Amino acid sequence: MSQHTDAHVHDEHGHEEHNAMSRGKIVQVFLILLGITVIEFFIALYLVPKDIINITVANPIYIILTLAKAFYIVAYFMHLKFEKVGLIYSLVVPILFIIGLILVLTNESHHWIDLIR
Amino acid sequence: MSTTVSQIDQVKTTPWAGGREPFSVEYGKMMMWFFLLSDAFTFSSLLIAYGALRFSADAWPSAELIFQSVPGMIDHGAPLVFVGIMTFILILSSVTMVLAVEAGHRNAKKEVAGWMVATVIGGFMFLGCQALEWAHLHHEGFWWGSIPHELDHFFKEGIAPSATYTQQFANLFFTITGFHGFHVFSGVIINIVILINVLAGTYQRRGSYLMVEKVGLYWHFVDLVWVFVFTFFYLV
Repeated sequence: MSQHTDAHVHDEHGHEEHNAMSRGKIVQVFLILLGITVIEFFIALYLVPKDIINITVANPIYIILTLAKAFYIVAYFMHLKFEKVGLIYSLVVPILFIIGLILVLTNESHHWIDLIR
Repeated sequence: MSTTVSQIDQVKTTPWAGGREPFSVEYGKMMMWFFLLSDAFTFSSLLIAYGALRFSADAWPSAELIFQSVPGMIDHGAPLVFVGIMTFILILSSVTMVLAVEAGHRNAKKEVAGWMVATVIGGFMFLGCQALEWAHLHHEGFWWGSIPHELDHFFKEGIAPSATYTQQFANLFFTITGFHGFHVFSGVIINIVILINVLAGTYQRRGSYLMVEKVGLYWHFVDLVWVFVFTFFYLV
């Protein structure tokens, strides 16, 4: 039995050095975040006031752009993209609870409107 | 004794079979991640409550009309400019933080210290802006439980001003940005503690700048929350 237990010990050091963010990559992610923010301001200060796009169109765009920014911050700045898949799932899957709360409370808020009227 | 081992006796070698770290991440760093997940739930609850109250409101004060001054420079007619500066400062301080982490990987003590100083300065600048923003709103009459008497100029044309919803807005704004600002403040304090340790050479002796990475995670999270606060209070 014993020769089998120590058979796998040597590959214990197998995991490679996790690849660190290079400076070039950091600057690239920074420019992406800055670019997205500039687009948001362009929509809020130019496109919506000039009635080029409606606020009901702009709002979903804001949310998509915000989620994109969140992805870049978490994946690259917080380095989650380069972690083990188990850690990624243990952090991303619980976010489903937040989506659940959003669905429940938006539904509830429609009921509140009826209470006021 | 047979040389072949039956399937059930074979030692499993997968990462999840025990005796190894499946996440391959240091304990403190993993716990920082789980703390941030719980903090994400707290902030989500606040922001979703804000969303629900706003959805159920007939009228809501317009962000462009409430936030249109740059304290000390422009009093009127510059919507979202000041919050734009704040957002830029916070993103920039996130970049200096990640540069500190990158320098830490190379065990470059001086560079880590330099970038940490820049991050702390960025944090203080953001807090200063936040304080000016709050002072400006408070001066106009907004606070927890109080709103200005004149409300017409906070609502878009054609929308009947509502004192109830303006009060809801004020309470939610100060609670949520206050809770975020408190996180920024604690982040700055933790950054300063880590900076002192860097300068004292604690991590150089330890041979690893992992603590800088951990506090970096917290700092990026603060930036992440601001991204959402910014969208839902100032843009939507």
